[in-house]
Amino acid sequence: MAEKKTVWTKKDLLGLEYLSKEEIELILYTAASFKEVTTRQIKKVPALRGKTVVNLFYEPSTRTRTSFELAAKRLSADVINIEIEASSVKKGETLIDTGRNIEALKIDIIVVRHNASGAPNILARSVKARVVNAGDGWHEHPTQALLDMLTLKSKLGRLEGLKVSIIGDIAHSRVARSNIWGLTKLGAEVTVCAPPLLIPDGIERMGVRVTTDVDEALKGADAINVLRMQFERDGALAFPSKLEYFKQYGITAERLKNCKKDIVVMHPGPINRGVEMSSEVADGKNSVILEQVTNGIAVRMAVLYLVAHAKGAE
Amino acid sequence: MKKQYLIKGGRVVDPANSIDAPLDILISDGKIEKVGPGLKVIAHEIIDAKDKIVTPGLVDMHVHLREPGREDEETVKTGTRAAVHGGFTSILCMPNTEPPLDRPHIIKSLKDVIAKDAFCNVYIAGTITEDRSGRKLADFEKLKMEGAFAVTDDGSSIQDAALMEEALKNAALFKLLLIEHCEDTSLSLGGVMNKGFISTKAGLRGISAKSEYLAIERNLELAKKLAVRIHIAHVSCKESVELIRRAKKAGVKVTAETAPHYFTLTDDCCSTYDTNTKMNPPLRTKEDVDAIKAGLADGTIDIIATDHAPHTDSEKDVEFDYAPFGIIGLETALSLGIAELVDKKVLSWSGLISKFSANPAGILEMPTGNLKPGSPADITIIDPDKEYIFKKESIESRSKNSPFINWKLKGKAVTVFVQGTITMRDELIL
Repeated sequence: MAEKKTVWTKKDLLGLEYLSKEEIELILYTAASFKEVTTRQIKKVPALRGKTVVNLFYEPSTRTRTSFELAAKRLSADVINIEIEASSVKKGETLIDTGRNIEALKIDIIVVRHNASGAPNILARSVKARVVNAGDGWHEHPTQALLDMLTLKSKLGRLEGLKVSIIGDIAHSRVARSNIWGLTKLGAEVTVCAPPLLIPDGIERMGVRVTTDVDEALKGADAINVLRMQFERDGALAFPSKLEYFKQYGITAERLKNCKKDIVVMHPGPINRGVEMSSEVADGKNSVILEQVTNGIAVRMAVLYLVAHAKGAE
Repeated sequence: MKKQYLIKGGRVVDPANSIDAPLDILISDGKIEKVGPGLKVIAHEIIDAKDKIVTPGLVDMHVHLREPGREDEETVKTGTRAAVHGGFTSILCMPNTEPPLDRPHIIKSLKDVIAKDAFCNVYIAGTITEDRSGRKLADFEKLKMEGAFAVTDDGSSIQDAALMEEALKNAALFKLLLIEHCEDTSLSLGGVMNKGFISTKAGLRGISAKSEYLAIERNLELAKKLAVRIHIAHVSCKESVELIRRAKKAGVKVTAETAPHYFTLTDDCCSTYDTNTKMNPPLRTKEDVDAIKAGLADGTIDIIATDHAPHTDSEKDVEFDYAPFGIIGLETALSLGIAELVDKKVLSWSGLISKFSANPAGILEMPTGNLKPGSPADITIIDPDKEYIFKKESIESRSKNSPFINWKLKGKAVTVFVQGTITMRDELIL
């Protein structure tokens, strides 16, 4: 990958919608060099020494939090984890007050996970500290999409012109939205596939092809990103049954037979085996699910590094 | 006897009397005494209205004053100060207070506050149902006797069709205007903005336009079969405009209002998660904005009302999902009407003032909204060319929840008479 002349100037990483193609490429480029660090005997660089990162999580998430925590530590930053129960938010301190209090502790970067879409945007304009979105509602999960893209790029050597299908609950997925923005900006052809009730209004205006037929989504795809299916939403079922979903939309070895031989199979985790994907596929030769996890640390190191050193964002 | 004033040299726009001409107005003893060209009379004070537009006092039939119960958001005093600051001389206050205006004694005590604190004429709407629960009708006869001009459960919509039918019948019997906030909540539950591409992009739960127009369709059908009046509050989408247009043609006794934000803003504004773009019904699309304008132009929509809904900064400075619905509107409505409707040739000045004054006054049978001699001297003098930046510090309302803060606006009320007394002059409320 050629070095990019792009200079990172953004105070925050709120979503891939707000980034240019060049900025996304810069993150991926930076991540590729940090990936090398994570393979060394001594997995640590002093890039964020003396900086403090807070993981402010309004939603429980062991994997994303751990990944951000490791990323910060490998950059030599100090890390604090704050978990707030979403149910206590309405009665307790407001998000903006919490942000300002954290800032008063002289924190440099706030990594925020929130169940309400747009919470990182609101937080970012209320504090001078850098804000990194670790997933907000149904809106965006930019570092997940970036690690998906890094994984694809290292597997297939490029993103431009790739056919990528995102399969599952598109309506309620921040992973889908961030992937759509990122992949389309980098020139991939994106198809989204979901049961009719889980295709949100106007999604095609985000530059994607839409289908409800999983075999159509698989046909000719270079890669698929299979989303976690959650069945209970607001007490109602988005799909009749898990078994039925698996039959209609589940990714099985049988289905993959009609696909490109080296199709890349991704999943943001945690997997519901036997619901959106069979164990055979999850553990099979096309699966890059564990590489995604490894790449997550490199991508998050890159993001923390870039926002901490943003030019002119003081 | 009150002071005599002569308003001289202005362009008088009085749509109720089909007047749009350079005329003078003599005010005497709180009433309009004379309207004519070049009046030569002696008055205590002459108001120079050169290059100004002189209109009947503006009427806003959709205002949340929040008193009693939420005086931290607004009071009769601050809300009516905001009204006159925006050029309004009469308002209809909504009954979703705490407690709601569902019983005569609550209306009575509010009337006492109004008598003491109000800077303009305040008319009262009572609730349709007891406790706004949507279950049991309030006693319309008693509400009427205590002085209610209308009934509405605004903020909520009557879901039960049979109850709606009873409400329409009783409202007609007691000559109360029934104002309905039309929303089928099965289609809007949990939603925070318009359902469509922008809500998909923002990851916010959508409120389908169907939730509005299907409720309107049902209510129009009920009103048609009963041959009674109904007034549709805050119309926001194109399908609603079309349904009302057709109903009017079919002879249904329907009137309708929209709010300035529905002809000014689209749901694009919600992309930044600014909670001052969150209201119910929500901001819709450009197509809807165009349909609202067309509905105003052809008379489908009779009235512009603000749905002035004050909320404190601390209520609004939260995640989009958690913020309450609503924005203030009294102090920006006229300027937005001028910018979006008169300047863009949707309405003439006379058309705009009809929507802002003659029509709501006529529909509610208020003794205002025209400049006929003998009428109360409720008059608004507008400087159509005055440019200004709408500043947060200038807001008279107790709440500052406006998406228009720091907007450059043009056209402003400069002098307001309420019953023959100057209540606002050059930004000062007297």
